[in-house]
Amino acid sequence: MAATMTAHRRPGRLALVGGLALALGLAGIAAAWADAPGSGPVTVEIPIRYSHYERNEVAIRAGVPVTFVLRNGDPIDHEWIVGEAAVHERHRSGTEPVHASSPTEVTVAAGTSAVTTVTFTKPGMYLYICHLPGHEAYGMVGTLRVTGG
Amino acid sequence: MTRSISRAGAAFGAALLVVALSAAPAFACGGLIGPNGAVNLLRTTTLAGYHDGEEHYITAFQFAGGGGSFGSLTPLPGIPSKVEKGGDWTLQRLVLETEPQREALFLAADAVGAARSAEELMKVRIDALDITVLRGGPAEVGKWATDHGFRLPPDSPEVLDFYAARSPIFLAAVFDGDAAAERGEAVGDGTPVHITIPTDNPWVPLRILALGKSAAERVEADVYLLTDRAPALLPAPDGSNGLELGHSAAATESLLTDLRSDRGMDWVPSSAWLTKVRIDASAPQLGFDLAIDASGARQPSRVMAGLDLPGSVVAPNPWANVLRTLVALTFTIGGIGGILYLLIRRPPLTAA
Repeated sequence: MAATMTAHRRPGRLALVGGLALALGLAGIAAAWADAPGSGPVTVEIPIRYSHYERNEVAIRAGVPVTFVLRNGDPIDHEWIVGEAAVHERHRSGTEPVHASSPTEVTVAAGTSAVTTVTFTKPGMYLYICHLPGHEAYGMVGTLRVTGG
Repeated sequence: MTRSISRAGAAFGAALLVVALSAAPAFACGGLIGPNGAVNLLRTTTLAGYHDGEEHYITAFQFAGGGGSFGSLTPLPGIPSKVEKGGDWTLQRLVLETEPQREALFLAADAVGAARSAEELMKVRIDALDITVLRGGPAEVGKWATDHGFRLPPDSPEVLDFYAARSPIFLAAVFDGDAAAERGEAVGDGTPVHITIPTDNPWVPLRILALGKSAAERVEADVYLLTDRAPALLPAPDGSNGLELGHSAAATESLLTDLRSDRGMDWVPSSAWLTKVRIDASAPQLGFDLAIDASGARQPSRVMAGLDLPGSVVAPNPWANVLRTLVALTFTIGGIGGILYLLIRRPPLTAA
């Protein structure tokens, strides 16, 4: 009698263990796919300290919306302007006091963060630069690589 | 005497500015330099005198012509007990004592505004110069400066951190060029400022002289020290670090007499040691300040020189660790050996 009861319990335990393993496995697969580039919303954090982008190389996929979180830890204002060479050439002699109208041209006030979301459609190499006087020469430059979707 | 030396000083252009907050209207976008944003670099001259526990920091702000305002920011080792108009010829007299040829330096800004982030400990108006003593960390001082129209250069965050780690006291000066013009001041006229700071030893900020300069630019300045005895300096002005000892001798009686007769200079003792440190360094080379030990102990502070952070621990001698390990091993082996010896030599137990 006792042996019979034991035999009946084993399938239940095995099912429970198997179910847990399956759930963990599925969760892992889901997490892996969620982290895969280009599969959903992408967030890139770029801390700024001592007038440098602490993350000065970023790679993303074309056609995917990317949210850039710019954290300015400095006591002075900075900019994050990304684009092709012509864009930067224009800003090197520009006179706009603040950039707020374009997601690719952001002013980050001292000690604050700014968030902008950009979808790059054209693969290529872009630069992001702070065009406040002297900042580019000081090294406030980063590279953004956009690969084919 | 006063007038002749004052004119000579103006001719030599001796006055100077301590630092460098470049400033112009707050603007963004590259390459924009405001109408008064041009920076006229002149050679700077500063006196750091020390007597009876007080540093007498004397410098001058020179009217460079034109309208707008000029600004500067000077880190201080402590809260000043007094900020007043300096003597009319002190700096020029020091120059005459050691060498007659001079140039000078200055910077531009356009300051207005009223926001206060850093704590304003003291506000003083000296002629066309508005001076504010601030207390705060890099963020607070940076915000104060920005709110008051200064355009801080890109290296300012690191430089403000460098100074605020040792002392949160800064002196901001805004020179109102329009007011100076209304007062009839001529280009080259300087407004001397005398800052009295109770402190254990004198100290001269040097790194801030390189603020806003590119790696290719040079810093040229003269620092005079007037102390009760020959001071010990760190870094030593050996010529290899951009600092050179230009003069080191007992101050002459005539110099001390002349200095003492200037405004606010009655603190000058009857005997003193005059040191001149000539600074001719590339901007990146000047990554330190001048720590001075005027006590006779000849131990200028590495922290005040900016070579160590406050509270930093001196790196332990690796040989000391080896020695400690050997001593510990000796005791351990000795202890084990002693126990084994006692066990071996223990007399056998005998039945009662």
